[in-house]
Amino acid sequence: MIRFADVTFTHAQSGRPVVSNVDLTIPEGDLALVIGRTGSGKSTLLNMVNGLVPHFTGGTLRGEVRVNGMDTRTNAPRDLAGIVGTVGQNPRAGFTTDTVEEELAYTMESLGFAPDTMRRRVEETLDLLGLAPLRHRPLDTLSGGEQQRVAIGAALTAGPAVLVLDEPTSALDPAGAEEVLAAIARLVHDLAITVLMAEHRLERVVEFADHVIRIEDGHCELLDPAAAMVGHGLQPPVVRLGQAMGWEPVPLSVRSARRQAVQLRTATFEAPARRTGHDGVATVANTTVTYGHTGALRAVDVQLRSGQITALMGRNGAGKSTLINVLAGTRAPDRGRVRVHEDDPTTLRGQALLRRIAYVPQDPSDLFYTDSVRGECDATDRDTGQEPGSALARLRQLVDTVDPDNHPRDLSAGQQLALALAIQLASAPDIVLLDEPTRGLDYPGKVAFGSWLNRLAEAGCSILVATHDVELVAVIGDRVIVLADGEVVTDADVRTALTSSPAFAPQVQKVLAPLPVLTVEEACSL
Amino acid sequence: MTNRWLHPGAWWLWALGLGAAATRTANPLLLGLIVAVAALVVSSRRPQAQWAGAFAVFVRIAVLVVVIRVGFTVLFGLRVGTTDLFTLPSATLPDWMAGVTLGGAVTAEMLAIAVIQGSQLATLLICVGAANSLASPVRLLKALPPGLYHVGVAGVVALSLAPRIMVNVRRVMQARRMRGRPTRGLRAAAESSVPVLESSLDDAINLAAAMDTRGYGRATRTSPGERALQAGLVLAGLMGIALGLFAVLGASGWGWLLLALGLAMAITGILVAGRRIVRTRYRPDPWGWPETLTAATGISAAIAVIAVSSSTITIPLTWPALPPVAVAAILAAALPAVLTPPPPVPWRTA
Repeated sequence: MIRFADVTFTHAQSGRPVVSNVDLTIPEGDLALVIGRTGSGKSTLLNMVNGLVPHFTGGTLRGEVRVNGMDTRTNAPRDLAGIVGTVGQNPRAGFTTDTVEEELAYTMESLGFAPDTMRRRVEETLDLLGLAPLRHRPLDTLSGGEQQRVAIGAALTAGPAVLVLDEPTSALDPAGAEEVLAAIARLVHDLAITVLMAEHRLERVVEFADHVIRIEDGHCELLDPAAAMVGHGLQPPVVRLGQAMGWEPVPLSVRSARRQAVQLRTATFEAPARRTGHDGVATVANTTVTYGHTGALRAVDVQLRSGQITALMGRNGAGKSTLINVLAGTRAPDRGRVRVHEDDPTTLRGQALLRRIAYVPQDPSDLFYTDSVRGECDATDRDTGQEPGSALARLRQLVDTVDPDNHPRDLSAGQQLALALAIQLASAPDIVLLDEPTRGLDYPGKVAFGSWLNRLAEAGCSILVATHDVELVAVIGDRVIVLADGEVVTDADVRTALTSSPAFAPQVQKVLAPLPVLTVEEACSL
Repeated sequence: MTNRWLHPGAWWLWALGLGAAATRTANPLLLGLIVAVAALVVSSRRPQAQWAGAFAVFVRIAVLVVVIRVGFTVLFGLRVGTTDLFTLPSATLPDWMAGVTLGGAVTAEMLAIAVIQGSQLATLLICVGAANSLASPVRLLKALPPGLYHVGVAGVVALSLAPRIMVNVRRVMQARRMRGRPTRGLRAAAESSVPVLESSLDDAINLAAAMDTRGYGRATRTSPGERALQAGLVLAGLMGIALGLFAVLGASGWGWLLLALGLAMAITGILVAGRRIVRTRYRPDPWGWPETLTAATGISAAIAVIAVSSSTITIPLTWPALPPVAVAAILAAALPAVLTPPPPVPWRTA
């Protein structure tokens, strides 16, 4: 269905090819998962299939890519639109209409389908993806999972043979991600659509894959999923657990791991204590925030303690970002009291703010306004009155591979996060607020990020991380706050929180329940 | 009547009819009646959507227009009529500004002319505002003939990117504050423009890529000659329409001919262009009797007012008469407030 024949692609202003000599064949009706480090060229490989590379991006493509027999060199993305459906990382960015139904019809309109065919296909797709109750809803009132399902539906209505998905679950909460993955699995099984999907969160998807395409240093290999999981740093927890225990074959799903873990579950487990923190540094008392008619926070009481990492979890739209904004002082509460030490955060400005609060937004590049890493670091040194070079030195402690003359926007997701932290931590703040920091980070990136936060917590910082990533929380978290519909439903230490509900259980916990084990390292001590 | 969207073209014909009537009458009573009718229909058939707030914005602009017009008359107006109200100190201007008076006597006639002429433009603006808040701009662009498809898409993209840019601005300003930098002043605006523009450009590029993979702009091949013919026809036609409108509003006789000719050329050009677009439309808004009624009431208001009312202001001032034909036609334009299907109810948000 998809054939790469000796394909090499080089960006216009770069001498080194992104991928070279790719020879792959993906059979019809299979799901192929593309894995690789951040920036390894996963998106480039995906976009070669829909023709965006090289028609939209520019650059030089040598070799031949054929999709359903069509050569992508002579067919532009719009000519391939009937054969390849594409869903990007952020579905919101690709919506061209107002409502669900119109969005589903858009591709068919462009391709000139007959009106009665369009009508039928839209109805079928609404049923297939469970979107019928949402058909008249404006797109911006949908949750993240719903938006992603609409985007998949919109790619499907024109009846493509191939579906290309670039990190379809990276922005979603666990429930939304499962909803989307179930929909994809159904398409592969029922409609025999060929799916090519890139994803960092392998723990969610590797069990669905027929093949894994691994990209490393520009080389692509088509592998059997089990074989692809061996011998590199990109392994979901269940695979790492299997390898650590020497299980054969290495399990890819919780289900198969549980069968092999019968013996292990009989062991006794002395749960190591996580940090309990010291004094309270920030208080959110009886705080209510409303946007229009909808309550974003309802009478929330939360206290942050120094020397502790608190994970803030909950569905998309549950109020996580609002709680962070209230603590950062960018949103004044409608009722209630918010204090960081004795200060009301909405009144803090300039250096006084930086000494109390460090904030890293979802997209760290919002913080950057100069054209080089060095420029950002120098600006911070000037603002804070520190020795020239201190911010750059802090950055070097986090990552040593950043070229100071690079443009901040050209950095990888992990490097941007490191730069944002190096800047924002200049004045040794009391609390650090991070909104979804690990989007786009691969496993090694997350390990590095976890160690930065650990160092900060050891130094007495109070850290609040809003995240959907259960596996990350299992490794670095001390305490978990779960919000639902603007209310605190759980505020407990990480072990209690993550072992009490299957939706928030990390993979290792699912394998070893009822033992309260959260991470592979803890499992190794059994 | 079940809730549905009225065809956006019907609302625009209705509003432009009322607007045309406003530009062709100097009768303040009729102008006031037109504004009242527009406000009534907007208040009863406005959907709950973000763009439906356009009416209030246009009303404010309209008030501003009248105020500015009167202000200019008081300051720079030439003396007309004999009923002096008050006298402003007048300044002697240098020779090179001869012909401009500053200050001086202000008469009731001058003020009346200023208010009426300002109100004509203001009423037209209010009618356009009514159309803007009754008809969804996206649905209007969709209803464009296929030949104008590319223009329509450009409009849709602009409409969907504008709110995202506002979101980007807010986000970046928040981030600036959290970096401990000032959020007001020129410097803040200059520095934050970089991340705002970069993220907005990213949004635009992502949208363009998404549209490309979804078949946007797929066209059958045409010869360069055919494309030149079509572009020439549309351009010449649009110029004809513009000149014709200008002449009609200025009440010249040959304006109607030019307008008709321009319209014919533009429509031919659009039809020629439409032949090479392979696009179809999903569930287009139907044109039923409520649409016909709405468009007809607007157009007949224009015809009636143009037929019986005059756009010249007579001196000395007299209390305006109320021509019954014009009044009836304008009042009929309020019928859509009750005889059209109401817009779909707002969606419940989760």
